[in-house]
Amino acid sequence: MPPPNDRRPGFSRKAQLGIFTGYVAAILGALAGVVLIVLAILDNGSFAFLRRGAAEAMAPVGAAGTVARTGSRSFFQRIGDYFDAADKNAALRREVQIARVQQIRMRALAAENRRLKTLLGVVDRASPPVATTRLVASTSASTRRFAVIGAGANQGVAVRMPVRTALGLVGRVLEVGPNTARVLLVTDGENVVPLRRARDGIAAFSEGLADGRLRLRLIDVGVNPLKRGDVFVTSGSGGIYQPGIPVAQVESLTPDGAIARILSDPAASEFVIVDRVFQELPDPAATPAPAGSAAP
Amino acid sequence: MAIVRKPRGLGGRQPLVKLRNPRKALDERLRSRINRAPSPLISRAIPWLSVLFLSLTPFAPIIASAPVMPPFAFMALLAWRMLRPGMLPVWAGAPLGAFDDLYSGQPFGSAILLWSAAMLVMDIVDVRLRWRGFLQDWALAAALIAGYLALAAILANLTGGATPLRALLPQFALSLVLHPLITRAIAGLDRLRLIPVSRVTR
Repeated sequence: MPPPNDRRPGFSRKAQLGIFTGYVAAILGALAGVVLIVLAILDNGSFAFLRRGAAEAMAPVGAAGTVARTGSRSFFQRIGDYFDAADKNAALRREVQIARVQQIRMRALAAENRRLKTLLGVVDRASPPVATTRLVASTSASTRRFAVIGAGANQGVAVRMPVRTALGLVGRVLEVGPNTARVLLVTDGENVVPLRRARDGIAAFSEGLADGRLRLRLIDVGVNPLKRGDVFVTSGSGGIYQPGIPVAQVESLTPDGAIARILSDPAASEFVIVDRVFQELPDPAATPAPAGSAAP
Repeated sequence: MAIVRKPRGLGGRQPLVKLRNPRKALDERLRSRINRAPSPLISRAIPWLSVLFLSLTPFAPIIASAPVMPPFAFMALLAWRMLRPGMLPVWAGAPLGAFDDLYSGQPFGSAILLWSAAMLVMDIVDVRLRWRGFLQDWALAAALIAGYLALAAILANLTGGATPLRALLPQFALSLVLHPLITRAIAGLDRLRLIPVSRVTR
C-alpha cells in the first residue's frame, strides 16, 4: 500500500502554508518539551499544581478501579486456592501451632517491655494513623514509581508522611492536594529508606530498582553477613518512618548488600494507612525537603 | 420494455409494524441510508479522545510495582498516525503528550518532547519509504517504541533514580506483541468514527 500523498497539496498557497505551520508548531512543541524537562530536572516540585489538579479530577475513577482490582484478585485467588488445598491446610495448621506458642512468648515480652518502659519513663509514641485510604493510581509505564492515594490535605495528610499497609511499607507522601496525595513508592529509584535487619539490627539502606525490588546497601562495609530470607524493617533513623515497619526480604546477595523483594506489594492491598511523620524536623519549613535528598 | 417494479422498492425483509404505513417505512429506510454523513465533531474528536483516554491507564485497577504496562497512549498515537496519516496534525504530539505527562509520572515535558519527535520521525519515514505494509509498520512501531521507552527512562533517571535500561525489556516485549492488537482496536474506533449519523442538509 503506498502512503497517501497529502504532503504536496498542489498549488494551493493556503494548504502549503498550513503544512508549513504544522511543522513549525511540532518543532516548537518539541522545544517546549525540552525546556519543561530542564525545569523539571532543576526543581522536581515544579508543575506539582498541574499534577495535583489532574489527580483530583480523576480520583473517583481510580477509587472505582480499586474495588474492581481487589474483587478480581480475590476471584482468581479463590480458584487458585482449590489447588493443593490439602497441603496448604496441613502447612497452615503447623503454622498456627507455632504461632500460638510465639504469641504466648510475645505477650510475655510485651508485658516485660511495658514494665521496663514505665521504669524508664519512656512515653510510648504510638499515635493513631492520619488516614486510612485507597491507592487510586500508580504509574504503570514509567520507570518512576509514583502512586496516588485518595486522601489529601482535607484528611490531614502532609508531605513526608509514611504510607504503609498492614503488611509493610509502601512509600512516603510527596505532593499533597486537597483530596489526593502523590506517594513516592519504596521501589522508586529516588526513595532511600534507612533499614535494619529485623533479627539483629544490622543497619542498611534501600534504593528502589524500579522493577518491584530493592537494592540493600549495608552501612558497615566488610564481610556480607546477609542471607537469603532475611527480613528488613525500618530503623527509624532519618525521622520519617517509625522503626519496625517491615519493608523487604532478601532475595539474592550482592558484594555490598543484597537485592530484596518488597513485602507489601501495593497491588495486593486495598487499603493503605498514612502515618504521622515519626519525628518532625525542628524546622521543616526552612528547608522544604527536595524530593531527592531528604529521604534518609 | 416494461420495468417491473417491486411494490416496496427496497426488497428484503421489513418489520411488519412498519408495513402498516408503507410509505413512511420506505421513507425511513431510505433516509437512514442516504443523505447521511459522519458527524464532523465525532470524526475529529475520536482520535484525540482515544489517546487522552489511554493516558489515564495509571488509574486502571492495576497497581504496578514495576514498569510492565506498555505505553498505551503512545502506541495509540502511533496507530492513528499509521492508519490515517494526516488525521492528527504533526503538532498533535505536544498537547497530547502534556496530558500524558500529568499522569505518567515522567518529568513534565518528557512526553511533550518525545511524542512531538515521534510524529516528526513518522513524517520523515513517510517521505523516505514509498511503500507501507503490515510488517514494515510493525517494525517501525517497534523501533519507535523502543526509542521512546529508552529515552523516557533516561529522562526519568535525570530527575532521580538510576533504572538500568534492561529493566525495560519486559515492557518492550509486551508492547511489541500488543502493537497489532492496538492497531486493530484503533481501526475499530476508526470505523466508529465514520458511522454516518448526521443528516446532510443543503
